[in-house]
Formats: sequence, C-alpha cells, structure tokens
Amino acid sequence: MNLTSLLALIVSSTLVYSAPLILASLGGVYSENSGVVNIGLEGIMTVGAFTSIIFNLTFAQDFGAATPWLGALVGAIFGLIFSLLHAFATINLHADHIISGTVLNLLAPPLGVFLIKAIYEKGQTPNITANFGYTNIPGLADIPVIGKIFFTNTSAPAWLAIIITVLLWWILYKTRIGLRLRSTGENPQAADTLGVNVYKMRYIGVLTSGFMAGLGGAVFAQSISGNFSISTIVGQGFMALAAVIFGKWNPIGAMLSSLFFGFAQSLSIIGNQLPGFEKIPTVYMQIAPYVITIVVLVVFLGKSVAPAAAGVNYIKSK
Amino acid sequence: MIKVSAKTKRYLVPIISVIAGFLIGAIIMLIWSYNPITAYSSMFASALGNMNGLGETIREATPLIFTAVGFAIASKAGFFNIGLPGQAQAGWLTSVWIVLANPTLPKYILLPLAILAGALAGAIVAGIAGFLRAYFGTNEVITTIMLNYIVLYLCQYLMQQVMPESLRNGADTTKDIPANGSLHLDWLSHLFGDSRINAGIFLGVGAILIYWFLMKKTTVGFEIKAVGLNPFASRYAGISAKKNIILSMLLSGGFAGIGGVVQGLGTYQNYFTQTSSINIGWDGLSVALLGNSTAIGILIASLLFSILKIGGLGMQTVAGVPYEIVSIVIAAIIFFIAIKYVFDLLFAVKKTASYKHPLKKGTEIGPNNGVDGPNIKLQKEGPVL
Repeated sequence: MNLTSLLALIVSSTLVYSAPLILASLGGVYSENSGVVNIGLEGIMTVGAFTSIIFNLTFAQDFGAATPWLGALVGAIFGLIFSLLHAFATINLHADHIISGTVLNLLAPPLGVFLIKAIYEKGQTPNITANFGYTNIPGLADIPVIGKIFFTNTSAPAWLAIIITVLLWWILYKTRIGLRLRSTGENPQAADTLGVNVYKMRYIGVLTSGFMAGLGGAVFAQSISGNFSISTIVGQGFMALAAVIFGKWNPIGAMLSSLFFGFAQSLSIIGNQLPGFEKIPTVYMQIAPYVITIVVLVVFLGKSVAPAAAGVNYIKSK
Repeated sequence: MIKVSAKTKRYLVPIISVIAGFLIGAIIMLIWSYNPITAYSSMFASALGNMNGLGETIREATPLIFTAVGFAIASKAGFFNIGLPGQAQAGWLTSVWIVLANPTLPKYILLPLAILAGALAGAIVAGIAGFLRAYFGTNEVITTIMLNYIVLYLCQYLMQQVMPESLRNGADTTKDIPANGSLHLDWLSHLFGDSRINAGIFLGVGAILIYWFLMKKTTVGFEIKAVGLNPFASRYAGISAKKNIILSMLLSGGFAGIGGVVQGLGTYQNYFTQTSSINIGWDGLSVALLGNSTAIGILIASLLFSILKIGGLGMQTVAGVPYEIVSIVIAAIIFFIAIKYVFDLLFAVKKTASYKHPLKKGTEIGPNNGVDGPNIKLQKEGPVL
C-alpha cells in the first residue's frame, strides 16, 4: 500500500465515521447555546436512524439513488418532532434538562424496536439496498494527490456536514438570530429585558438539535449500519455530546472534535490494515475518544466555558 | 385546581405518573391494534400469578434496588450519577472473576470477598468522576457517561484477552461460578417455583435499611444532604464539600457495583460479553427517580418496574405484544415525573397552619417591642412560610 492510498483509506473512513458525529454535535451546539442541555442526542439519533431505514426500505425502488438523501431528510424531520418532547418539557414545563434528555434516551430505542416489530415482525430490519456508499466529488476529485486522498471514494454526507458547519457557524456568530440565541443561553433575564423572546429562541435551539441529530442518526444508519436494531446507535449521541464540549460549544470546534472522534473510531476498525497499528490492542482505540474527552475536560476547560445559563430553566415572571 | 395537603401531593405525583405511563402504553398498543387490557392483565398474571413469576420479579428487583440506592445517594449530594451501568458492570466482572479464580476458598470468606471487591470496583469507577468533580469541577454527567463506555470496552478486553482461558467458555462467556461463591439458595429457589431468586434480595433489603439509616440517622448522611442542598452554606458550617462529593460518589458506585455483583453471583452465575451499557444501570436511575430517592419509594418502584419487566415477557408470549412496550411505559412514567410542574398547576397545597400575630392588624409595635428595628405596622396575616 503506497502512502497516497494509505492516506486515502484513513481520510475516507474518518469522514464516514465523523459525518453522523458532526451533524449531531452541531445540533448539540445550538441547543446548549440557547440554554438547554440536550443529553437526549442519543435518543434523537435513534429516531432518525429507524425512521430513515423504514423510509429507505419502503421507497428504495421508487427513488433510486436519491433514496438515502430523502431518508436522511425524513430522519431529520422525525428527529425534530421527537425533540419537541424535550423542548416542551424543559422550556414550558420546567423539567430538569438531564432527566428529560434521559427520557428521550430511554424512550427512543424501545419505540424504534416496537415499531420495527409491528411492521416487519422481527426485532431487526432487513438490510437496505440504497445506502450512501462512496462518492467521487466531481471536479475536485481530478486534483492530483489531494483529489485522490480527499475527494475520491469519499463520504458525501461528511462533506455536506462540513459545509453545514460553516453555515451554522456563520448563523450563530454573524447574524442577529445567532446573537439572540446565544444571549438566551448566557443570560435569559437580560435577553428578555431587551425584548428577545427567550422561549422562542430556546425552541429554535432545541428543534435545531432535533433536526441535526435526526439527520446524524439517519446518516449513520444509511452509511454505516445499513439496518436498524436495538444496537444501531450505541454511544454515538453521547460521543457527539462530548464533541460539543471538546469543541467548546462552537460549531467549528465541534466539527473538528467530531473529526477527531471519527478518526479514533475508524482506527479501531481499519487499524489492522495500517502498518504499526496491528500490534496495539483495539481496546485502546475503542476507549481513546472517551478517555481523551475526560482528559480534555479536566486539563483544558475551566468551569465556566459552557453557556452560563445552559441547563437553567428560565421562568418568565408574570 | 385541586387542593391537597403537602403529604398527599408527595404520593400523588408518582401514582399519577405511573397511571399516565400505563395509559401512554395502552394508547400506543391501541394504535397498533393490540388489546391493552389483555396485554396488561397477562403482564400482571405472569409476574405475580405464580410462584415462579413472583420469584423472578423479586429477583429482577434485587439489582435495581442497589443501583437505585446508588443513584439516590449521589443525587442527595447534588449529583446526577448517570454512570450506574459502568459501575455495575465493573462490579459484575470483578466479583465473577474473583470467585472463578479462587474456587477453593471457603464460602464464608469467598462470598463476602467477592461482594466487597465488586463494591470496590464500582466505587473506583464512580470515585474517578467524584474526584474530578471535587478537584477540577469537571461535570459529572459527562465523565460518568464517558466512563460507561470506557468500562464497557475495558471489560470486554479484560475478559477476552486478559482473563485466563481456563476460566472461560469460549470468547464471550465465563465458566459458571462454583457453589461456594454463589448467592443461589436451593430452598429459596424451590420455594419460588425453581426461579432464579437468590440471597441477593436479603442483601437488597439490607441495602435499603442501610440507606435509610445512613441518610436519616448519621452525620455522614446529614453532611451529604447539606452539600446537596446548599454547598456554600455547608462550607460555612464547616462541612467539606470536596470530601462529601467524593464520599457520596464512592458510596453511590459501591452500591451500583453490588447491583452488578447480584447479577453475576445471583442471576446469571457467570459473566458474558456486553455490547451496550447494561440495563440495570438505566433502570436503577428510573427506579430512584420514581421512588423520589426515598428508601420505601425505591423498594416499591423497583418492584413495580420488575413486574413490568418480568410481566412483559409473559405479555409478549400470551398477548403477542412486543416486549418493548414495557420500556416505553417506563420512559413515559419518568417523563411524567420530570414534568412535575404540571402537578404544581393541577394540585395546590392546602394551607394547613395559619400564622396569627398576637397584635391586631395595624397596631403599632413600640420601640421596645421592635428591639432596635424601626416602627413597623403589621400589614396582613399570612401563612407560615
């Protein structure tokens, strides 16, 4: 294996594993910046995964190659609907954010398997035929060396996720709505005094996280697992949550940490194909993202980096 | 709005949540044209209708008691210990390993040793999160979640690569533990129709009592509660927040670890590879939330969830309803517990005692009565706050 194809293998598998994490962590960034902690990302991803798989299996013959993309959209929409539960509970009903998020995580897997059993009469769906697969990005793939490493046989959803990252970063830091969103996460009282509708902003934050995490779950299901079962989404959402924190609540940071986590995850899969890695027990690769997250939290982050009012319910006085 | 006394309201919240959770389950069953009445009646019949079912229900409740007590101790100190699955798993593997490695030790040494080692393993896992929280202010929700996965993969590695092959049956299961390291009791099992009920339940009841005693009657419990209620005030009172943070997490992890021990030495009699965070951790969290972290609440809630889980198996075979409806009902119950604000809207607390000032309304308090305060006029009589 020469260097170019080695790098191409690492880059493409990193991108495949990063894409769901990037998308979900962007959602987490929006939710936490609006002041709502969302540990329900895992559950929302599960909803995105099973709805997209059901859509994919049902409509694959009608839409052909467009099926996974439409499936991703369906997953995102159902993710958004599912996150309404968290939004309503935390924003309107003053529920504890952690407990409400845990409910999403407790609810999604059995709900998915229940529906799968009700529809397919077994606990696991058949494998989908139309998945994301690998794409050559037209134009860019022809660039010598770089094109081969980054744009040939690569993951289209990952590149889409990177573009969305830039867009969401721009919205969060360069537009009025982004400023308002962040203000409700930092100091809802002050924001309210200045006429910002705190509840509306927080709804925008949570629903964005639902949409993005649903999208992430759908991408994971249609590019990595290929079907849905109880063990399709195990820890992806929590890893995305870690990426939010590792990335210091910034979309670009979350994307970079997701890429890093995706890299670490892919190493545990392709590690035995890489020279020098085959001797390291896979367990080190498997636990690396989690250990690194803890270390980063301890070493690099103080207590006050999170949006100041994240996790604090805002109760508008009458 | 309905007026109730504060005490009644404390009971109403969980009871209504449970009923509402069952209703949600019934609605979902109706949508997919299953008969909820058949489903629920077959659930209760198979969980409570015969001795075997009853034994299995009690057996299922045992580890939940431990994990729930673990969660409750941490939450009294103001922590959300979401790492119960990892702590329980560490306890499970450790205890089974100890027993398998020392099959010749006499039972009265081996069993306590294995249980304590399991508790210690859970305590260490939770203690890491507690230590990081106390000294670095690291958010325990994130660290405990991360620790769940670290433990999950480490246990897989330790069992498959480090454990001597002589203790294993193939790659994914250990050998069954010998009788002198087991919590299995022949008479108890026979009494309950040859179910897997074991001595763990006695330990569980003991754990509930210890938890009650610890929280209500000891300085340790008082300090933990004080730190949880107001860390700043307790610091002024000379209570070390750092010490109590770590102590509460160690205790929490220790109990969760024994939850795993009970699974290993009681229910399964072995350890087998886990592919995702183990259920007793999440269920223990739900039990503690439903039981409002009180001793008696945890006992009742653990039995209720066990009825659901064991009865769910019967419901699946008898009524043909997918087992997952059980988990949906549990999640729904916790959702209703979480939105207790709704209960504040529904039920007002009755004002029982009313404060009456000895002076009449508008009477001036003279300079002597007001000590050195200003002359104030009493405006109104109000409830005792």
